[in-house]
Amino acid sequence: MAEVITFYVLAALILGFAALVVTARSAVHSVLFLVADFLCVAVLYVVLQAQFLAVIQVLVYAGGIVVLYLFVVMLVNLKRPAEAYSDPNRLGRLGLAMSLAVVAELGAIAAYGWVKPDGPASTLDAANVEQIGMALYTDYLIPFEVASILLLVAMIGAIVLAKREM
Amino acid sequence: MITQTHYLALSAALFFLGVIGVLTRRNIIIILMSMELMLNAVNINLIAFSHQWQNIVGQVFAVFVICVAAAEAAVGLGIILAFYRNKETVNIDEMSLMRW
Amino acid sequence: MIEAVIFPLIKIVIVFAAVLVAVMYVVLLERKVQAWVQVRLGPMRVGPHGLLQPIADALKLFVKEDITPVRADKWVFTAAPVIVLVPALIAFAVIPFANQLSLFGYTIPGRVADVNVGLLYIVSVASIGIYGIILGGWSSNSKYPLLASLRASAQLISYEIAVTMTLVTVIMLAGTLSMVGIVNAQLAKGWWFAFAQPVAFFIYFVGGLAETNRAPFDLPEAEQELVGGFHTEYSGMRFAFFFLAEYANMIVVSSVATTLFFGGWLAPFPNVSWLSWLGYIPGWAWFGIKTFVFLYVFLWVRATLPRYRYDQLMRLGWKWLIPLAILNVVVTGFLKVLL
Repeated sequence: MAEVITFYVLAALILGFAALVVTARSAVHSVLFLVADFLCVAVLYVVLQAQFLAVIQVLVYAGGIVVLYLFVVMLVNLKRPAEAYSDPNRLGRLGLAMSLAVVAELGAIAAYGWVKPDGPASTLDAANVEQIGMALYTDYLIPFEVASILLLVAMIGAIVLAKREM
Repeated sequence: MITQTHYLALSAALFFLGVIGVLTRRNIIIILMSMELMLNAVNINLIAFSHQWQNIVGQVFAVFVICVAAAEAAVGLGIILAFYRNKETVNIDEMSLMRW
Repeated sequence: MIEAVIFPLIKIVIVFAAVLVAVMYVVLLERKVQAWVQVRLGPMRVGPHGLLQPIADALKLFVKEDITPVRADKWVFTAAPVIVLVPALIAFAVIPFANQLSLFGYTIPGRVADVNVGLLYIVSVASIGIYGIILGGWSSNSKYPLLASLRASAQLISYEIAVTMTLVTVIMLAGTLSMVGIVNAQLAKGWWFAFAQPVAFFIYFVGGLAETNRAPFDLPEAEQELVGGFHTEYSGMRFAFFFLAEYANMIVVSSVATTLFFGGWLAPFPNVSWLSWLGYIPGWAWFGIKTFVFLYVFLWVRATLPRYRYDQLMRLGWKWLIPLAILNVVVTGFLKVLL
């Protein structure tokens, strides 16, 4: 019972904040709703027994990436009014098309979705961090190293793009 | 009872909200933020499956997705800043360099 | 049922109240310590030796008029102090104050919750606190707060990296992310981690000074330069929130330093026989004493050292502390494999 309530409340919050991100007039408000959305997704990860991912989501995504977005929005927003929609009807037409697609997909899931039996018993909970560590450093070592090179390249790229001409 | 279908439906709905954001908004920063929403939807999907099958690989993949999202956000925002210095706009309708 | 739900609720209320009272008295202690260093007496009027001064301060902040600037963004202006205070308070959920307490026949663990990623939880909620500072400055719609908030947030995110690196070395030594597990690891190894990792402790403490915007890194709040910093336009209860959050962050940093580097609730010298009477002092008292010592060092440093200029501050963080912290991680890794 508690599980059901938790899921529906979290789902409502996540989708509500996401809708607010997409439709807010002021860019700063969009960024704040994005932070709230990410925090709710982190709570969802805790419900799904992925505690390490939840903390990483808050630390990296909500606490790092969105701060970057907030800085850029504040730098860019200083002397401009809120943006004007170029075609006011576009949102309505697109929204209708998207919601039809969502309804079709959910209908397909409901009609054709076959519920597999529940998987094995829960082994992820206690040793979550240790299991992720073992997998990252033994089976997935090469993607790990490639990801670190990707981050290095991105860091250099961001510095080169954003620095002023000295 | 919360089955796997619930998590997949949530992930699909979040993904569609992200797509609507990318296709509708004119402010390029909001477009990038909608892309982050899409990446989050993918992450929810991965972790829901990892939870169902009790396999840690889903969470490992989600870590890599977060890592790539960070890199993409940094470089994307750097590009936006560089463009803003030249043309003083973040409206993508005005960012069509071919017509300069 | 009782143990699963009621005890944590009671503990939450106790920790919350204790933190708020502690914050108020740390404010008084700061004024007294600064006064004694400067050869004067500090608050003496309200109550004996000024001991009721915090109550007078709290009353003043309660009844002050709540001013909102005209073109400020109302929702964000209201939310910013809350966004700063809440992370500072919820970080106390995973800090272990004692090992086990036996009360009324129940054995109660001496912490609100033992999360298996406890240390990362504290770091992540600290990174959420940065939003309140940025938003507080931006939503005030005024020059000085905006500049100050950008400076403060840049300082915070710079020093966050060095601090997280030092925590990595502690995790490497302890083998677990859980705060209780780290204290137990110190018990098992017989050494407190401050002696195994002195460089990490030093970097953590300096980074903690910078993370809480305390002197000598308190340029974002410097009265001489930026009026009031990012909380210039705030008055009354909203200013009280910023104020509370700063001191609560100080207590969090001290508690985490105690838990990670100085053994949490453990008594010193457990193996020396003629000092075994130290073991009779309860765990929570040791925790309190050690945290108090760190808080005192915070206040002492503020009263003693001059302020860093902003570029000196950033240079220290990026060019000295981060390479030193990374070097520390590498050396610790080598030694752990070789020894």
